[in-house]
Amino acid sequence: MARLSVDNVSVHYPTPRGLVHALDKVSLEIASGDIVVALGASGCGKSTLLGLMAGFQRPDAGRVTLGGATITGPGADRGVVFQDDALMPWLSAAENVAFGLTLQKVGRSERRERAEALMCRVGLAGFEDHRIGELSGGMRQRLGLARALANRPDFLLMDEPLGALDALTRERIQSLILDIWRDTGTGIFLITHSIEEALFLATELVILSPRPGRIVRRLQPGFARRYAAGESARSIKADPEFIRAREDILNAHFAHDEEIEHAAH
Amino acid sequence: MPPIELSVAEEVALQSGRPEPVRYRAPSAWRARQPMLVTVLGLLALWELVSGFGVVSSLFLPAPQQVLTKLVEIATTGFMDATLWQHTAASLQRVGIAVVAALATAVPLGVLIGLNRTASAAVDPLIEFYRPVPPLAYLPLIVIWFGIGEVSKVLLIYLAIFAPLVLATGSGVRRVDKTRVLAARSLGASRWQLVRHVVLPSTLPDILTGLRIALGVGWSTLVAAELIAAQRGLGFMVQSASQFLVTDVVIAGILVIAAIALLLELSIRYLERRYAGWAH
Repeated sequence: MARLSVDNVSVHYPTPRGLVHALDKVSLEIASGDIVVALGASGCGKSTLLGLMAGFQRPDAGRVTLGGATITGPGADRGVVFQDDALMPWLSAAENVAFGLTLQKVGRSERRERAEALMCRVGLAGFEDHRIGELSGGMRQRLGLARALANRPDFLLMDEPLGALDALTRERIQSLILDIWRDTGTGIFLITHSIEEALFLATELVILSPRPGRIVRRLQPGFARRYAAGESARSIKADPEFIRAREDILNAHFAHDEEIEHAAH
Repeated sequence: MPPIELSVAEEVALQSGRPEPVRYRAPSAWRARQPMLVTVLGLLALWELVSGFGVVSSLFLPAPQQVLTKLVEIATTGFMDATLWQHTAASLQRVGIAVVAALATAVPLGVLIGLNRTASAAVDPLIEFYRPVPPLAYLPLIVIWFGIGEVSKVLLIYLAIFAPLVLATGSGVRRVDKTRVLAARSLGASRWQLVRHVVLPSTLPDILTGLRIALGVGWSTLVAAELIAAQRGLGFMVQSASQFLVTDVVIAGILVIAAIALLLELSIRYLERRYAGWAH
Protein backbone atom coordinates (compact mmCIF):
# COMPACT_ATOMS: atom_id res chain seq x y z
CA MET A 1 0.00 0.00 0.00
CA ALA A 2 1.44 3.29 -1.12
CA ARG A 3 1.87 6.08 1.38
CA LEU A 4 2.51 9.76 0.74
CA SER A 5 3.63 11.68 3.77
CA VAL A 6 4.33 15.27 4.60
CA ASP A 7 6.49 15.45 7.67
CA ASN A 8 6.93 18.65 9.66
CA VAL A 9 7.20 20.75 6.53
CA SER A 10 7.76 24.52 6.34
CA VAL A 11 7.86 26.76 3.30
CA HIS A 12 8.52 30.49 3.31
CA TYR A 13 8.82 33.10 0.61
CA PRO A 14 10.95 36.21 0.87
CA THR A 15 8.96 39.37 0.14
CA PRO A 16 9.90 43.05 0.43
CA ARG A 17 8.07 43.08 3.79
CA GLY A 18 9.95 40.10 5.21
CA LEU A 19 9.47 36.34 5.15
CA VAL A 20 5.98 35.00 4.51
CA HIS A 21 5.36 31.63 6.09
CA ALA A 22 3.24 29.82 3.54
CA LEU A 23 3.43 26.59 5.52
CA ASP A 24 4.57 26.17 9.10
CA LYS A 25 5.42 22.70 10.46
CA VAL A 26 2.65 20.91 8.58
CA SER A 27 2.35 17.12 8.81
CA LEU A 28 -0.13 14.83 7.15
CA GLU A 29 -0.31 11.44 5.54
CA ILE A 30 -2.25 9.97 2.64
CA ALA A 31 -2.55 6.23 2.13
CA SER A 32 -4.34 4.33 -0.62
CA GLY A 33 -8.06 4.50 0.04
CA ASP A 34 -7.88 7.88 1.82
CA ILE A 35 -9.39 11.13 0.67
CA VAL A 36 -7.56 13.88 2.49
CA VAL A 37 -9.16 17.27 1.93
CA ALA A 38 -7.44 20.54 2.80
CA LEU A 39 -9.90 23.34 3.58
CA GLY A 40 -8.88 26.93 4.03
CA ALA A 41 -9.11 30.50 2.81
CA SER A 42 -6.73 31.80 0.17
CA GLY A 43 -3.23 32.41 1.40
CA CYS A 44 -3.25 29.43 3.75
CA GLY A 45 -0.68 27.54 1.68
CA LYS A 46 -3.04 24.87 0.31
CA SER A 47 -1.62 25.05 -3.19
CA THR A 48 1.94 25.12 -1.85
CA LEU A 49 1.16 21.90 0.00
CA LEU A 50 -0.09 20.29 -3.20
CA GLY A 51 2.94 21.59 -5.11
CA LEU A 52 5.22 19.85 -2.60
CA MET A 53 3.43 16.53 -2.99
CA ALA A 54 3.40 16.85 -6.79
CA GLY A 55 7.12 17.60 -6.72
CA PHE A 56 6.81 21.06 -8.30
CA GLN A 57 8.68 22.60 -5.40
CA ARG A 58 10.80 21.60 -2.38
CA PRO A 59 10.18 22.38 1.29
CA ASP A 60 12.52 24.73 3.18
CA ALA A 61 12.33 22.41 6.17
CA GLY A 62 10.91 18.94 6.76
CA ARG A 63 10.43 16.05 4.35
CA VAL A 64 7.87 14.99 1.73
CA THR A 65 8.15 11.29 0.99
CA LEU A 66 6.48 8.70 -1.19
CA GLY A 67 6.80 5.15 0.05
CA GLY A 68 9.64 6.33 2.29
CA ALA A 69 11.67 8.00 -0.47
CA THR A 70 12.00 11.78 -0.61
CA ILE A 71 10.11 13.34 -3.53
CA THR A 72 12.55 15.14 -5.78
CA GLY A 73 10.30 15.99 -8.73
CA PRO A 74 7.01 15.33 -10.50
CA GLY A 75 6.21 11.78 -11.53
CA ALA A 76 3.56 9.76 -13.31
CA ASP A 77 2.77 7.97 -10.01
CA ARG A 78 1.00 11.15 -8.83
CA GLY A 79 -1.75 12.47 -11.12
CA VAL A 80 -2.51 16.18 -10.78
CA VAL A 81 -5.82 17.87 -11.62
CA PHE A 82 -5.68 21.66 -11.86
CA GLN A 83 -8.33 24.28 -11.27
CA ASP A 84 -7.49 25.79 -14.63
CA ASP A 85 -7.89 22.63 -16.70
CA ALA A 86 -4.38 22.93 -18.26
CA LEU A 87 -5.42 20.85 -21.27
CA MET A 88 -3.60 21.02 -24.60
CA PRO A 89 -6.03 22.93 -26.87
CA TRP A 90 -4.36 21.74 -30.10
CA LEU A 91 -5.17 18.11 -29.29
CA SER A 92 -8.56 16.42 -29.46
CA ALA A 93 -10.33 15.37 -26.23
CA ALA A 94 -9.15 11.75 -26.58
CA GLU A 95 -5.57 12.81 -27.38
CA ASN A 96 -5.57 14.93 -24.23
CA VAL A 97 -6.66 11.97 -22.12
CA ALA A 98 -3.93 9.87 -23.72
CA PHE A 99 -1.25 12.58 -23.31
CA GLY A 100 0.59 10.71 -20.55
CA LEU A 101 0.44 7.53 -22.62
CA THR A 102 1.91 9.36 -25.60
CA LEU A 103 4.81 10.46 -23.39
CA GLN A 104 5.33 6.82 -22.41
CA LYS A 105 5.33 5.89 -26.12
CA VAL A 106 2.29 3.64 -25.84
CA GLY A 107 1.11 2.64 -29.34
CA ARG A 108 -1.66 4.54 -31.12
CA SER A 109 -4.38 1.88 -30.99
CA GLU A 110 -3.85 1.10 -27.32
CA ARG A 111 -3.84 4.82 -26.53
CA ARG A 112 -7.14 5.26 -28.32
CA GLU A 113 -8.65 2.24 -26.60
CA ARG A 114 -7.66 3.37 -23.11
CA ALA A 115 -8.70 6.98 -23.76
CA GLU A 116 -12.14 5.79 -24.92
CA ALA A 117 -12.58 3.64 -21.81
CA LEU A 118 -11.56 6.52 -19.52
CA MET A 119 -13.78 9.02 -21.28
CA CYS A 120 -16.67 6.62 -20.88
CA ARG A 121 -15.74 6.34 -17.19
CA VAL A 122 -15.98 10.10 -16.63
CA GLY A 123 -19.17 10.46 -18.66
CA LEU A 124 -17.73 11.84 -21.89
CA ALA A 125 -18.34 8.93 -24.28
CA GLY A 126 -18.92 10.26 -27.80
CA PHE A 127 -16.78 13.37 -27.29
CA GLU A 128 -13.46 11.73 -28.22
CA ASP A 129 -12.84 13.77 -31.34
CA HIS A 130 -14.09 17.10 -30.06
CA ARG A 131 -11.77 20.08 -29.78
CA ILE A 132 -11.12 21.42 -26.27
CA GLY A 133 -12.59 24.80 -27.23
CA GLU A 134 -15.93 23.10 -27.90
CA LEU A 135 -16.28 21.67 -24.38
CA SER A 136 -17.88 23.26 -21.30
CA GLY A 137 -15.97 23.91 -18.07
CA GLY A 138 -17.42 20.80 -16.42
CA MET A 139 -16.53 18.62 -19.37
CA ARG A 140 -12.97 19.96 -19.34
CA GLN A 141 -12.59 19.09 -15.66
CA ARG A 142 -13.87 15.58 -16.37
CA LEU A 143 -11.27 15.41 -19.13
CA GLY A 144 -8.52 16.61 -16.77
CA LEU A 145 -9.53 13.89 -14.34
CA ALA A 146 -9.50 11.23 -17.07
CA ARG A 147 -6.06 12.43 -18.20
CA ALA A 148 -4.68 12.11 -14.67
CA LEU A 149 -6.22 8.63 -14.33
CA ALA A 150 -4.72 7.40 -17.62
CA ASN A 151 -1.33 6.90 -15.97
CA ARG A 152 -2.99 4.71 -13.30
CA PRO A 153 -1.40 6.83 -10.55
CA ASP A 154 -1.16 5.76 -6.91
CA PHE A 155 -2.33 9.22 -5.87
CA LEU A 156 -4.58 11.90 -7.30
CA LEU A 157 -3.73 15.46 -6.28
CA MET A 158 -6.54 17.90 -7.02
CA ASP A 159 -6.06 21.67 -6.71
CA GLU A 160 -9.55 23.19 -6.34
CA PRO A 161 -10.73 21.15 -9.32
CA LEU A 162 -14.34 22.29 -8.97
CA GLY A 163 -13.72 25.89 -7.90
CA ALA A 164 -14.71 27.47 -11.19
CA LEU A 165 -17.80 25.36 -11.90
CA ASP A 166 -21.50 26.06 -11.43
CA ALA A 167 -23.17 24.43 -8.41
CA LEU A 168 -25.00 21.70 -10.31
CA THR A 169 -22.00 20.56 -12.33
CA ARG A 170 -19.96 20.66 -9.17
CA GLU A 171 -22.26 18.24 -7.33
CA ARG A 172 -22.13 15.76 -10.17
CA ILE A 173 -18.37 15.80 -10.39
CA GLN A 174 -18.10 15.41 -6.61
CA SER A 175 -20.07 12.17 -6.97
CA LEU A 176 -17.88 11.16 -9.91
CA ILE A 177 -14.75 11.66 -7.78
CA LEU A 178 -16.23 9.43 -5.05
CA ASP A 179 -17.25 6.78 -7.65
CA ILE A 180 -13.69 6.65 -8.95
CA TRP A 181 -12.25 6.55 -5.43
CA ARG A 182 -14.56 3.68 -4.48
CA ASP A 183 -13.72 1.71 -7.66
CA THR A 184 -9.96 2.25 -7.74
CA GLY A 185 -8.96 2.87 -4.12
CA THR A 186 -6.62 5.61 -5.29
CA GLY A 187 -5.38 7.89 -2.50
CA ILE A 188 -6.72 11.39 -3.08
CA PHE A 189 -5.56 14.79 -1.85
CA LEU A 190 -8.03 17.54 -2.67
CA ILE A 191 -8.00 21.26 -2.01
CA THR A 192 -11.19 23.27 -1.68
CA HIS A 193 -12.61 26.40 -0.12
CA SER A 194 -16.10 24.93 0.12
CA ILE A 195 -16.96 23.51 3.56
CA GLU A 196 -19.73 21.39 2.12
CA GLU A 197 -17.48 19.88 -0.53
CA ALA A 198 -14.78 19.17 2.04
CA LEU A 199 -17.21 17.41 4.40
CA PHE A 200 -18.82 15.36 1.66
CA LEU A 201 -15.60 14.14 0.05
CA ALA A 202 -13.14 13.79 2.93
CA THR A 203 -12.27 10.69 4.89
CA GLU A 204 -9.81 12.99 6.60
CA LEU A 205 -10.38 16.73 6.67
CA VAL A 206 -7.64 19.19 7.63
CA ILE A 207 -8.46 22.84 8.23
CA LEU A 208 -5.62 25.27 7.51
CA SER A 209 -5.15 28.74 8.91
CA PRO A 210 -3.58 31.46 6.75
CA ARG A 211 -0.16 33.07 7.35
CA PRO A 212 1.42 31.08 8.79
CA GLY A 213 -0.23 28.11 7.07
CA ARG A 214 -0.88 25.66 9.88
CA ILE A 215 -3.22 22.75 10.41
CA VAL A 216 -5.62 23.98 13.09
CA ARG A 217 -8.00 21.02 13.15
CA ARG A 218 -8.34 17.46 11.88
CA LEU A 219 -11.66 15.64 11.45
CA GLN A 220 -12.68 12.24 10.10
CA PRO A 221 -16.06 12.77 8.45
CA GLY A 222 -17.86 9.56 7.48
CA PHE A 223 -20.00 10.91 4.66
CA ALA A 224 -17.81 9.70 1.78
CA ARG A 225 -18.03 6.14 3.07
CA ARG A 226 -21.79 6.45 3.38
CA TYR A 227 -21.89 7.50 -0.28
CA ALA A 228 -19.67 4.57 -1.19
CA ALA A 229 -22.06 2.27 0.68
CA GLY A 230 -24.88 3.37 -1.61
CA GLU A 231 -26.55 6.40 0.00
CA SER A 232 -27.37 9.23 -2.42
CA ALA A 233 -25.46 12.52 -2.34
CA ARG A 234 -28.66 14.51 -1.82
CA SER A 235 -29.76 12.45 1.15
CA ILE A 236 -26.32 12.80 2.76
CA LYS A 237 -26.18 16.55 2.29
CA ALA A 238 -29.71 16.95 3.67
CA ASP A 239 -28.92 14.85 6.74
CA PRO A 240 -29.08 16.99 9.93
CA GLU A 241 -25.77 15.46 11.00
CA PHE A 242 -24.13 16.79 7.81
CA ILE A 243 -25.67 20.22 8.25
CA ARG A 244 -24.60 20.34 11.91
CA ALA A 245 -21.02 19.45 11.00
CA ARG A 246 -21.03 22.12 8.29
CA GLU A 247 -22.33 24.85 10.62
CA ASP A 248 -19.91 23.77 13.32
CA ILE A 249 -16.88 24.20 11.07
CA LEU A 250 -18.21 27.47 9.77
CA ASN A 251 -18.78 28.96 13.20
CA ALA A 252 -15.58 27.66 14.70
CA HIS A 253 -13.19 28.67 11.93
CA PHE A 254 -14.67 30.85 9.24
CA ALA A 255 -17.37 32.97 10.89
CA HIS A 256 -15.75 36.17 9.67
CA ASP A 257 -14.32 34.86 6.46
CA GLU A 258 -16.25 35.91 3.40
CA GLU A 259 -14.18 33.88 1.01
CA ILE A 260 -15.30 30.57 2.42
CA GLU A 261 -18.41 29.20 0.80
CA HIS A 262 -20.85 28.05 3.41
CA ALA A 263 -24.16 28.22 1.61
CA ALA A 264 -25.67 24.88 0.65
CA HIS A 265 -25.19 24.97 -3.11
CA MET B 1 -21.70 2.21 -10.34
CA PRO B 2 -24.74 4.48 -10.91
CA PRO B 3 -24.99 6.09 -14.34
CA ILE B 4 -23.15 9.37 -14.43
CA GLU B 5 -25.41 12.36 -14.35
CA LEU B 6 -24.64 15.39 -16.45
CA SER B 7 -25.44 19.00 -15.70
CA VAL B 8 -28.04 20.83 -17.78
CA ALA B 9 -25.39 22.62 -19.78
CA GLU B 10 -23.57 19.40 -20.49
CA GLU B 11 -26.79 17.67 -21.48
CA VAL B 12 -27.62 20.40 -23.93
CA ALA B 13 -24.13 20.09 -25.40
CA LEU B 14 -24.55 16.31 -25.60
CA GLN B 15 -27.87 16.45 -27.36
CA SER B 16 -26.86 19.03 -29.90
CA GLY B 17 -23.73 17.03 -30.70
CA ARG B 18 -20.91 19.00 -32.23
CA PRO B 19 -21.59 22.69 -31.55
CA GLU B 20 -22.07 24.97 -34.53
CA PRO B 21 -18.78 26.67 -35.39
CA VAL B 22 -19.01 30.38 -34.68
CA ARG B 23 -19.01 32.38 -37.88
CA TYR B 24 -16.96 35.54 -37.67
CA ARG B 25 -17.66 36.69 -41.21
CA ALA B 26 -20.75 38.85 -41.50
CA PRO B 27 -23.42 37.49 -43.84
CA SER B 28 -22.95 40.54 -46.07
CA ALA B 29 -19.30 39.82 -46.85
CA TRP B 30 -19.98 40.64 -50.47
CA ARG B 31 -21.30 44.08 -49.57
CA ALA B 32 -18.31 44.72 -47.34
CA ARG B 33 -16.06 44.02 -50.31
CA GLN B 34 -17.84 46.27 -52.75
CA PRO B 35 -15.75 49.37 -51.95
CA MET B 36 -12.61 47.34 -52.62
CA LEU B 37 -13.89 46.35 -56.04
CA VAL B 38 -14.85 49.95 -56.82
CA THR B 39 -11.33 51.12 -55.96
CA VAL B 40 -9.69 48.48 -58.15
CA LEU B 41 -12.01 49.07 -61.11
CA GLY B 42 -11.64 52.83 -60.67
CA LEU B 43 -7.85 52.60 -60.79
CA LEU B 44 -7.98 50.40 -63.90
CA ALA B 45 -10.35 52.85 -65.58
CA LEU B 46 -8.09 55.79 -64.69
CA TRP B 47 -5.07 53.90 -66.04
CA GLU B 48 -6.96 53.13 -69.26
CA LEU B 49 -8.01 56.78 -69.65
CA VAL B 50 -4.60 58.26 -68.93
CA SER B 51 -2.79 55.94 -71.35
CA GLY B 52 -5.61 55.76 -73.96
CA PHE B 53 -5.90 59.53 -74.42
CA GLY B 54 -2.15 59.88 -74.64
CA VAL B 55 -1.94 62.05 -71.51
CA VAL B 56 1.18 60.09 -70.64
CA SER B 57 3.41 58.56 -73.31
CA SER B 58 3.07 54.77 -73.60
CA LEU B 59 6.82 54.63 -73.06
CA PHE B 60 6.15 55.63 -69.44
CA LEU B 61 2.70 54.15 -68.96
CA PRO B 62 1.60 51.47 -71.44
CA ALA B 63 -2.13 50.70 -71.63
CA PRO B 64 -3.52 47.87 -69.48
CA GLN B 65 -4.19 45.57 -72.46
CA GLN B 66 -0.63 46.16 -73.69
CA VAL B 67 0.71 45.03 -70.30
CA LEU B 68 -1.60 42.02 -70.40
CA THR B 69 -0.42 41.07 -73.89
CA LYS B 70 3.19 41.47 -72.73
CA LEU B 71 2.47 39.29 -69.71
CA VAL B 72 1.23 36.50 -71.97
CA GLU B 73 4.25 37.02 -74.25
CA ILE B 74 6.85 36.77 -71.47
CA ALA B 75 4.98 33.79 -70.06
CA THR B 76 5.28 31.93 -73.37
CA THR B 77 8.31 33.22 -75.28
CA GLY B 78 10.11 34.76 -72.32
CA PHE B 79 12.21 37.80 -71.53
CA MET B 80 16.00 37.94 -71.10
CA ASP B 81 16.50 34.28 -72.05
CA ALA B 82 13.92 32.96 -69.60
CA THR B 83 10.15 32.68 -69.45
CA LEU B 84 8.10 34.35 -66.76
CA TRP B 85 7.73 30.92 -65.12
CA GLN B 86 11.49 30.43 -64.99
CA HIS B 87 11.99 33.89 -63.49
CA THR B 88 9.26 33.21 -60.95
CA ALA B 89 10.63 29.76 -60.16
CA ALA B 90 14.12 31.20 -59.62
CA SER B 91 12.77 33.81 -57.19
CA LEU B 92 10.55 31.38 -55.33
CA GLN B 93 13.39 28.89 -55.04
CA ARG B 94 15.63 31.51 -53.39
CA VAL B 95 12.91 32.52 -50.96
CA GLY B 96 12.04 28.87 -50.38
CA ILE B 97 15.60 27.87 -49.46
CA ALA B 98 15.92 30.94 -47.22
CA VAL B 99 12.63 30.14 -45.45
CA VAL B 100 13.54 26.50 -44.87
CA ALA B 101 16.99 27.50 -43.58
CA ALA B 102 15.47 30.22 -41.36
CA LEU B 103 12.86 27.84 -39.91
CA ALA B 104 15.54 25.22 -39.24
CA THR B 105 17.76 27.69 -37.36
CA ALA B 106 15.55 30.51 -36.03
CA VAL B 107 12.95 28.27 -34.38
CA PRO B 108 15.45 26.24 -32.30
CA LEU B 109 17.30 29.44 -31.36
CA GLY B 110 14.01 31.13 -30.47
CA VAL B 111 13.05 28.19 -28.25
CA LEU B 112 16.47 28.37 -26.58
CA ILE B 113 16.30 32.11 -25.84
CA GLY B 114 12.69 31.69 -24.71
CA LEU B 115 13.65 29.02 -22.19
CA ASN B 116 17.02 30.30 -21.08
CA ARG B 117 17.69 33.81 -19.78
CA THR B 118 21.43 33.54 -20.32
CA ALA B 119 21.00 32.51 -23.94
CA SER B 120 18.53 35.34 -24.39
CA ALA B 121 20.92 37.90 -22.95
CA ALA B 122 23.72 36.56 -25.18
CA VAL B 123 21.78 36.55 -28.44
CA ASP B 124 19.52 39.59 -28.05
CA PRO B 125 22.14 42.31 -28.70
CA LEU B 126 23.26 40.60 -31.90
CA ILE B 127 19.75 40.37 -33.30
CA GLU B 128 18.68 43.78 -32.11
CA PHE B 129 21.82 45.24 -33.71
CA TYR B 130 21.32 43.96 -37.23
CA ARG B 131 17.52 43.75 -37.35
CA PRO B 132 16.83 47.48 -37.86
CA VAL B 133 19.56 47.79 -40.54
CA PRO B 134 18.00 47.72 -44.04
CA PRO B 135 19.24 44.62 -45.91
CA LEU B 136 20.46 46.84 -48.78
CA ALA B 137 22.90 48.44 -46.35
CA TYR B 138 24.72 45.21 -45.59
CA LEU B 139 24.33 43.80 -49.07
CA PRO B 140 27.72 45.19 -50.23
CA LEU B 141 29.46 43.43 -47.34
CA ILE B 142 27.77 40.14 -48.22
CA VAL B 143 28.93 40.55 -51.83
CA ILE B 144 32.51 41.16 -50.67
CA TRP B 145 32.40 38.05 -48.50
CA PHE B 146 30.38 35.66 -50.61
CA GLY B 147 30.62 37.00 -54.15
CA ILE B 148 27.73 37.52 -56.51
CA GLY B 149 26.45 33.95 -56.72
CA GLU B 150 23.33 32.32 -55.38
CA VAL B 151 24.76 32.17 -51.84
CA SER B 152 24.69 35.95 -51.44
CA LYS B 153 21.12 36.26 -52.65
CA VAL B 154 19.79 33.46 -50.47
CA LEU B 155 21.81 34.70 -47.50
CA LEU B 156 20.37 38.21 -47.79
CA ILE B 157 16.77 36.92 -47.72
CA TYR B 158 17.68 34.49 -44.98
CA LEU B 159 19.01 37.27 -42.76
CA ALA B 160 15.88 39.35 -43.37
CA ILE B 161 13.64 36.46 -42.30
CA PHE B 162 15.80 35.15 -39.46
CA ALA B 163 15.48 38.04 -36.97
CA PRO B 164 11.67 38.40 -36.90
CA LEU B 165 11.30 34.63 -36.70
CA VAL B 166 13.69 34.28 -33.72
CA LEU B 167 11.99 37.12 -31.86
CA ALA B 168 8.46 35.80 -32.52
CA THR B 169 9.42 32.28 -31.42
CA GLY B 170 11.21 33.53 -28.31
CA SER B 171 8.32 35.67 -27.12
CA GLY B 172 5.89 32.84 -27.85
CA VAL B 173 7.93 30.41 -25.76
CA ARG B 174 8.04 32.90 -22.88
CA ARG B 175 4.25 33.12 -22.89
CA VAL B 176 3.61 29.35 -22.71
CA ASP B 177 1.02 28.66 -20.01
CA LYS B 178 2.87 27.62 -16.83
CA THR B 179 0.13 25.27 -15.62
CA ARG B 180 0.23 23.45 -18.95
CA VAL B 181 3.94 22.82 -18.38
CA LEU B 182 3.31 21.60 -14.81
CA ALA B 183 0.52 19.33 -16.10
CA ALA B 184 2.86 17.73 -18.64
CA ARG B 185 5.62 17.30 -16.04
CA SER B 186 3.20 15.59 -13.65
CA LEU B 187 2.25 13.25 -16.50
CA GLY B 188 5.89 12.23 -16.75
CA ALA B 189 7.29 14.48 -19.50
CA SER B 190 11.07 14.70 -19.83
CA ARG B 191 12.71 18.03 -20.70
CA TRP B 192 12.85 17.16 -24.38
CA GLN B 193 9.25 15.93 -24.33
CA LEU B 194 8.19 19.24 -22.77
CA VAL B 195 9.70 21.10 -25.72
CA ARG B 196 8.34 18.68 -28.31
CA HIS B 197 4.82 18.15 -26.89
CA VAL B 198 4.05 21.37 -25.01
CA VAL B 199 6.35 24.29 -25.86
CA LEU B 200 6.48 23.90 -29.66
CA PRO B 201 2.74 23.31 -30.19
CA SER B 202 1.92 26.17 -27.79
CA THR B 203 4.25 28.44 -29.76
CA LEU B 204 3.11 27.42 -33.25
CA PRO B 205 0.66 30.35 -33.57
CA ASP B 206 3.49 32.80 -32.76
CA ILE B 207 5.86 31.06 -35.15
CA LEU B 208 3.31 31.30 -37.97
CA THR B 209 2.66 34.99 -37.24
CA GLY B 210 6.42 35.56 -37.23
CA LEU B 211 6.74 33.68 -40.51
CA ARG B 212 3.97 35.77 -42.09
CA ILE B 213 5.75 39.01 -41.17
CA ALA B 214 9.15 37.58 -42.11
CA LEU B 215 7.93 36.40 -45.51
CA GLY B 216 6.69 39.91 -46.29
CA VAL B 217 10.13 41.29 -45.48
CA GLY B 218 11.88 38.44 -47.29
CA TRP B 219 9.93 38.79 -50.50
CA SER B 220 10.57 42.54 -50.71
CA THR B 221 14.25 41.96 -50.00
CA LEU B 222 14.27 39.58 -52.97
CA VAL B 223 14.18 42.37 -55.57
CA ALA B 224 17.22 43.88 -53.87
CA ALA B 225 18.97 40.51 -53.78
CA GLU B 226 18.35 39.96 -57.48
CA LEU B 227 20.00 43.25 -58.37
CA ILE B 228 23.30 41.47 -57.70
CA ALA B 229 24.04 40.29 -61.21
CA ALA B 230 21.34 37.65 -61.32
CA GLN B 231 20.58 35.84 -64.57
CA ARG B 232 17.07 34.88 -63.52
CA GLY B 233 14.39 36.02 -61.13
CA LEU B 234 11.49 38.46 -61.01
CA GLY B 235 13.62 41.21 -59.47
CA PHE B 236 16.22 40.73 -62.17
CA MET B 237 13.52 40.76 -64.87
CA VAL B 238 12.06 44.06 -63.68
CA GLN B 239 15.49 45.58 -63.16
CA SER B 240 16.82 44.70 -66.62
CA ALA B 241 13.53 45.69 -68.29
CA SER B 242 13.84 49.12 -66.73
CA GLN B 243 17.35 49.51 -68.12
CA PHE B 244 15.95 48.98 -71.67
CA LEU B 245 12.86 51.11 -70.90
CA VAL B 246 10.59 48.13 -71.56
CA THR B 247 7.95 49.63 -69.28
CA ASP B 248 5.26 47.05 -69.99
CA VAL B 249 7.55 44.27 -68.69
CA VAL B 250 8.37 46.39 -65.63
CA ILE B 251 4.68 46.83 -64.81
CA ALA B 252 3.85 43.19 -65.58
CA GLY B 253 6.74 42.10 -63.34
CA ILE B 254 5.60 44.34 -60.49
CA LEU B 255 2.07 42.93 -60.78
CA VAL B 256 3.40 39.36 -60.62
CA ILE B 257 5.58 40.21 -57.59
CA ALA B 258 2.54 41.73 -55.84
CA ALA B 259 0.35 38.75 -56.74
CA ILE B 260 2.87 36.30 -55.30
CA ALA B 261 3.22 38.36 -52.12
CA LEU B 262 -0.56 38.18 -51.71
CA LEU B 263 -0.51 34.44 -52.37
CA LEU B 264 2.19 33.88 -49.74
CA GLU B 265 0.22 35.92 -47.22
CA LEU B 266 -2.96 33.98 -47.92
CA SER B 267 -1.26 30.60 -47.68
CA ILE B 268 0.25 31.42 -44.25
CA ARG B 269 -3.17 32.62 -43.14
CA TYR B 270 -4.55 29.30 -44.29
CA LEU B 271 -1.86 27.46 -42.28
CA GLU B 272 -2.73 29.60 -39.26
CA ARG B 273 -6.42 28.70 -39.52
CA ARG B 274 -5.66 25.04 -40.16
CA TYR B 275 -2.98 24.40 -37.51
CA ALA B 276 -3.33 27.21 -34.99
CA GLY B 277 -7.07 27.79 -35.08
CA TRP B 278 -7.31 26.77 -31.42
CA ALA B 279 -5.48 29.94 -30.40
CA HIS B 280 -8.09 32.32 -31.85
